[in-house]
Amino acid sequence: MPAVATASSRHHDDAAGPLLQVDRLGVQFGSQHVLRDISIDLDPGQTLVVLGESGCGKTVLLKTMIGLIRPTSGFVRFEGQSLATLSDRALAHTRTRYGFVFQGAALFDSLSIRDNIAFPLREHTRLAEPDINGIVESLVDEVGLPRSVLEKKPVQISGGMRKRAGLARALALDPHLVLYDEPTTGLDPIMSDVINELILTVSRRPHTTSVVVTHDMNTARKVADRVIMLYPLFRLQSGEPQVVFDGTPDELDRSNDPRIRQFVEGRAGARLMELREEQAREAGQRDEASRASEAEPSTEEDE
Amino acid sequence: MSTASTAPDSTHPGGIAGWMASQVANLGAAAMAWVAGVGDVAIFTLQTFGWLLTRRQRRDVIIPNFYRIGVMSLPVVALTGLFIGMVLAVQSYAQFKALGLQTRLGSVINLSLVRELGPVLAATMLAGRVGSAMAAELGTMRVTEQIDALESMGANPIYYLVVPRFLGCLVLIPSLTVMADFMGVLGGYFYSHVLLGIDYHHYWANSREYVDAFDFLLGIFKSLFFGAAIALVSCHHGFHCQPGAEGVGRAATNAFVHSFVLILILDLFLGIWLNNVHDFFRPEGPRRLL
Repeated sequence: MPAVATASSRHHDDAAGPLLQVDRLGVQFGSQHVLRDISIDLDPGQTLVVLGESGCGKTVLLKTMIGLIRPTSGFVRFEGQSLATLSDRALAHTRTRYGFVFQGAALFDSLSIRDNIAFPLREHTRLAEPDINGIVESLVDEVGLPRSVLEKKPVQISGGMRKRAGLARALALDPHLVLYDEPTTGLDPIMSDVINELILTVSRRPHTTSVVVTHDMNTARKVADRVIMLYPLFRLQSGEPQVVFDGTPDELDRSNDPRIRQFVEGRAGARLMELREEQAREAGQRDEASRASEAEPSTEEDE
Repeated sequence: MSTASTAPDSTHPGGIAGWMASQVANLGAAAMAWVAGVGDVAIFTLQTFGWLLTRRQRRDVIIPNFYRIGVMSLPVVALTGLFIGMVLAVQSYAQFKALGLQTRLGSVINLSLVRELGPVLAATMLAGRVGSAMAAELGTMRVTEQIDALESMGANPIYYLVVPRFLGCLVLIPSLTVMADFMGVLGGYFYSHVLLGIDYHHYWANSREYVDAFDFLLGIFKSLFFGAAIALVSCHHGFHCQPGAEGVGRAATNAFVHSFVLILILDLFLGIWLNNVHDFFRPEGPRRLL
């Protein structure tokens, strides 16, 4: 990608140290703690896979990395600059060096696929329309979409195609850091593998660092240089770290930690019992409430 | 809310004092939530004005929004105006006839139309047709992460999504009000002259005498506030939509209800203020209808 790529690469080469630094990060919604004391240093060129069960805060972590969610405590630094200290304009400019692939692709319904992919180019570059069209077409080829989809609206194409169009849009500005939110969720095994291959291809681009949030072990084994596993906070004792694993995919497969083994092997284990106990507890509470209301008629009836 | 939950309850852990304390705490929490909500809308409004004044809108974004807000609303606003004009004639005729003042019907119909009913009905139709659709559309965009996608690409969602809709409502509501006024005047005349047989010369002569440019401009001026309120309230509801189909539905409904209430509140206060303005320029007071 012409002008844009050279400008951004130059900036990247100047930066020393980790590309992205997550420093003692905590996120809380109301009284609910989602992330606690997470620290990750992400080196340039690395592909990090963040694993964890649903509800453990993976997506929140990913959105915090790009500043879509503000941390309650701690910092996120991109190329040494804390996102929290940036003005809106500077943050918007920093985000042009990110690519974010959303779980449901998040393509704009009202625009064609061509306009969706061209959106960041029109927003941030002064390229002429023919040049933009050239870039859009090469991106579409890169993610393996037929050019016939370009004039279609997002609702007219399949889920797998939408994901690939979302990836093409994320790559439009030749980002340094590509963030993937559950890239294979909701896809058939073949399409999942196509997406995994694409992530791998993108990660081999020069200067590209990737963070993939997923619960798909196949994705982790295929694309990761490094794997981090998050554990839901409510299942941890206070003081226990939320990152229960940080290593290579091979080390993950060899780990003896029962929490990691349970996830890697996909076993419900004690969770099924927990669910049943919770159901029984709720049913008990309902019975108690209905007995109480029978024994003590309501004020409305008294009147 | 049932009586049982609001009445002092002897079973409350702290007795009546405890119950009262919890009621005060609830009231305090509700007041805090309300203040926070108002503050949130105020910040949203300031951001919208900030983007409106600092960056030009793109033509390809503006035109479709204007088309949906203005052109598509025109038929329904025209129809509403036509019928309300006729309804005014139906309702006022008996009273005026009893006084033998049928020929003055034009003045009361047309004055009510251009000062009140035209602007308020055009705004209500806009809130119902466009406001709730905007809230549902932006709500769906929020739920499907399209608003996050805009931000992640370094684009400002307020600039892209709110400002064009705000401009559309602000710029086009005066035209819709003119349409409602015009069709109402036509409807009132049609019913009065064709069906009730009131002499057309007297009908128009009385209208001309009692309705002047100030009345007409007052209606148009008020409509600007209504248009701005509809756009801001509806877009704000869309932006803060809760997840799921229920969240989107609630955003659309609340957008209409809150816009409508705000239209009526604005109408009252603008009416009071503009009457004072009128009195300032015309100390002799309003002309008497009867």
